[in-house]
Amino acid sequence: MKKENTVIVSLAVLAAVIAATWLLLVAPGLTGNEINMPRGVSSLSIGHYELHMAVLWICAIIGILVFSAMFISIFLHRKSRGHVAAKFSHSTTAEIIWTIIPVLILVGMAIPATTALIEMEDSSGSEMTVKITGFQWRWKYDYLDEDITIISSLDAESNAARQLDSGIDVNSVEHYLLNVDHPLVLPVGKKIKFLITADDVIHAWWVPALGWKRDAIPGFINEAWVNIDEPGTYRGQCAELCGRDHGFMPIVVIALPQDEYDVWVSQQLAGNTEQQEDAARLWTRQELMDHGKTVYETSCSSCHQLDGKGLMPAFPALAGSTIATGPIEDHINIVMNGKPGTAMVAWRNQLSDSDIASALTYTRNAFGNETGDVVQPITIADIKRQATELRTAP
Amino acid sequence: MSSDATTIDQVDSHDDHDDHNHPPSRFLDRWLFTTNHKDIGTLYLTFSLTMFLVGGAMAMVIRAELFMPGLQLVRPEFFNQMTTMHALVMIFGAVMPGWVGFANWMVPMMIGAPDMALPRMNNWSFWILPFAFLMLLSTLFMASGGPAGGWTMYPPLVLQTGTSFAFVVFAIHMMGISSIMGAINIIATILNMRAPGMNLMRMPLFVWTWLITAFLLIAVMPVLAGAVTMLLTDHFFGTSFFNAAGGGDPVMFQHIFWFFGHPEVYIMILPAFGVVSEILPTFSRKPLFGYGSMVYATCAIAFLSFIVWAHHMFTVGMPLQGELFFMYATMLISVPTGVKVFNWVSTMWQGSMTFETPMLFAIAFVILFTIGGLSGLMLAITAADFQYHDTYFVVAHFHYVLVPGSVFAMMAATYYWIPKWSGNMYSEKWGKIHFWLSAIFVNVLFFPQHYLGLAGMPRRIPDYSPQFADFNMISSIGGFAFGLTQLLFVGVIIHCIFKSKVKATDRVWEGARGLEWTLSSPPPYHSFTIPPVVDHNLVRHAE
Repeated sequence: MKKENTVIVSLAVLAAVIAATWLLLVAPGLTGNEINMPRGVSSLSIGHYELHMAVLWICAIIGILVFSAMFISIFLHRKSRGHVAAKFSHSTTAEIIWTIIPVLILVGMAIPATTALIEMEDSSGSEMTVKITGFQWRWKYDYLDEDITIISSLDAESNAARQLDSGIDVNSVEHYLLNVDHPLVLPVGKKIKFLITADDVIHAWWVPALGWKRDAIPGFINEAWVNIDEPGTYRGQCAELCGRDHGFMPIVVIALPQDEYDVWVSQQLAGNTEQQEDAARLWTRQELMDHGKTVYETSCSSCHQLDGKGLMPAFPALAGSTIATGPIEDHINIVMNGKPGTAMVAWRNQLSDSDIASALTYTRNAFGNETGDVVQPITIADIKRQATELRTAP
Repeated sequence: MSSDATTIDQVDSHDDHDDHNHPPSRFLDRWLFTTNHKDIGTLYLTFSLTMFLVGGAMAMVIRAELFMPGLQLVRPEFFNQMTTMHALVMIFGAVMPGWVGFANWMVPMMIGAPDMALPRMNNWSFWILPFAFLMLLSTLFMASGGPAGGWTMYPPLVLQTGTSFAFVVFAIHMMGISSIMGAINIIATILNMRAPGMNLMRMPLFVWTWLITAFLLIAVMPVLAGAVTMLLTDHFFGTSFFNAAGGGDPVMFQHIFWFFGHPEVYIMILPAFGVVSEILPTFSRKPLFGYGSMVYATCAIAFLSFIVWAHHMFTVGMPLQGELFFMYATMLISVPTGVKVFNWVSTMWQGSMTFETPMLFAIAFVILFTIGGLSGLMLAITAADFQYHDTYFVVAHFHYVLVPGSVFAMMAATYYWIPKWSGNMYSEKWGKIHFWLSAIFVNVLFFPQHYLGLAGMPRRIPDYSPQFADFNMISSIGGFAFGLTQLLFVGVIIHCIFKSKVKATDRVWEGARGLEWTLSSPPPYHSFTIPPVVDHNLVRHAE
């Protein structure tokens, strides 16, 4: 009777262990979901992937050995089987063996780990440089060798769907939360150096397919590099908590063959001239209001809300506010420079002059704020110029 | 010696009714003004369990929001407050006071002392905690909302917290004072109040691990206090310790914080090592294997914990040499930790095992903590960490060492010692149900998070791309079930203390060794009024 019980219990435990292992380790792979680190598309990402797999297997084998010993012991050395406890309590030999063997395994792991790290930290010989700046909550890319600047925010469709109780099925949104309005475009087969920094709080720039993440820290410039092997679209996200919309500042990298990349660059440069001319002219009130509505909805409404009523306590209303209906200088100042100690960020470097002027005009005339004021892009440009002169004055 | 003891007894008996080994009869005298190590231990443990449920409720909010992609329940800023508060409450409210509670109850009983060395300080160090947490939790109801910058409080983000930030900082100061006083008390007790014959290398491992933990606490809590004070002055008084525009350095905060933060993780796990080293020999009916090497391994882990802090910040852009140093040092920690695991397995090997609830939790601890340790070794590999860092892989890793690690060890300790404390046996059937449900659902909760992290899901996000939906849903289901299961734990404890009819024997467990089992169950109000004489047979690691 006793013996039968033992057999039943042992079989049950064995079945449970097998079932647990299958559920935890095998079944997830059959669901069609990604369960492992991507190999990625650069020499760095492949190196990091292979390192990860090597260490994963070593850990798995150690785990299997240790747990097998435990389960054998649990099976054999139980009182219910009549096993009598042995008396031994220490063995210096054993302690030495299981100190030295792990040290050797660690040395074996440290060698490839060191090589991979040295390669990652060597950004010399790069052929082009992109400066990445993190903002709350978007990315700015400056191509330092070309006159190209891209400001990259969550795409409008995801932005609408991600609002609380939006009523939009997020599964119907293509690349929900992983899509942007203006992606970063890079050539393949070139060693690209990134200079990574931030304007407000710490962010982290991470595209898994490129093989690393690096913090974007205000006041610091971090270096990293990549050499992309295959053309394609690669998606990532901010990886360092950076405030309320941390989960909503994705990264999209489009890697193009060199010739297509060159075409893209020339298009951007042509677009630049157009934009400059646009910013230099006087806008009509209607143009400012129309463009301002768009800017407000993508950049301001996540805090101040679409109806301008805000979300107290953290996010004040603009409708009827003393700033949006008060002296225009104060309004311009707070939008350009932010308000320290609050979530209101400095928009000076995140938005173009036309965007800022339009948003100001819009908020001074929408939500019942009938001030009738109009702010022109050239006014913003003047203020920026004066600020720069002040700062650089001897 | 004996004449001294008599004199003291005579003097005290004039006005001190405690000598009769009865607690004070009035409620406030018993609990608010108490200087008794057992009553203060009970207060700590009750507080810890309460905070475990409060922090758990916050985790339920997090898992409910993450049940499906899209925002359904809370706004992102509230979600961030929940992740921040969940961590602060669990670390400073549940795990740390929980271990102090076990130390209060057990250390005097294990070393043969009547009480803690500094009983009044003991009272104070407990009673500032409820006020600290009232203050911390009250920020959730303030106009500017609770802290939402993560428990790591990295500037500049954390400086965007409103005026409630001052309350957070002051609460942390009070928790720190409480921890430091608790640690001083434990060190003073262990070093001064051991019974004759209880020399250092005979102390139970729980006492050893707590002694080392106490030194870690004294070393690092002031560092945290300094870091948050600098945040306070940066926020309210215009200093620029961490503001690059004012000549400060935001990364410096991370170095200071993690110089506290890494020893902190060992503060939470070392007492767990101690508890497991008590329980495994008892139910294996065999001495602890390699007692000496267990002590030295604990010391080695404590030392290494001070020189690995920057592995939490591999992605901030350190120089290569720094990254290599912190990678090697971190990898080294797996050597003494490995020694511990091998010693535990060797303790079980050739034993005569039975599987009561404390043993089940201890075995689950060894297995699941080892899984967390192995993923920790993976995280140590800097180049691979550039992928793992700040993803759910990290979330899975530290929850494996904290929940089926620290928390399971606390549950094991509760089941192991509650018959001694209350004099009643708990319900073995419900204890086992609690164990199996916990052990299953903790894995359903945390194991899929490894996959999420490797597949690219960052931590601390309120919403995610639908490609992560399946595992998040599984994880949430595991979370709800694990959370509900813990109500069983509360039920088993209440039943054991107030309802159980089965009286515990003095030894409680057949294989139990150590001074605490020589006392009656429940033990007298003052544990050892006459110091016991400790001989080889009393301690489990008889030479």
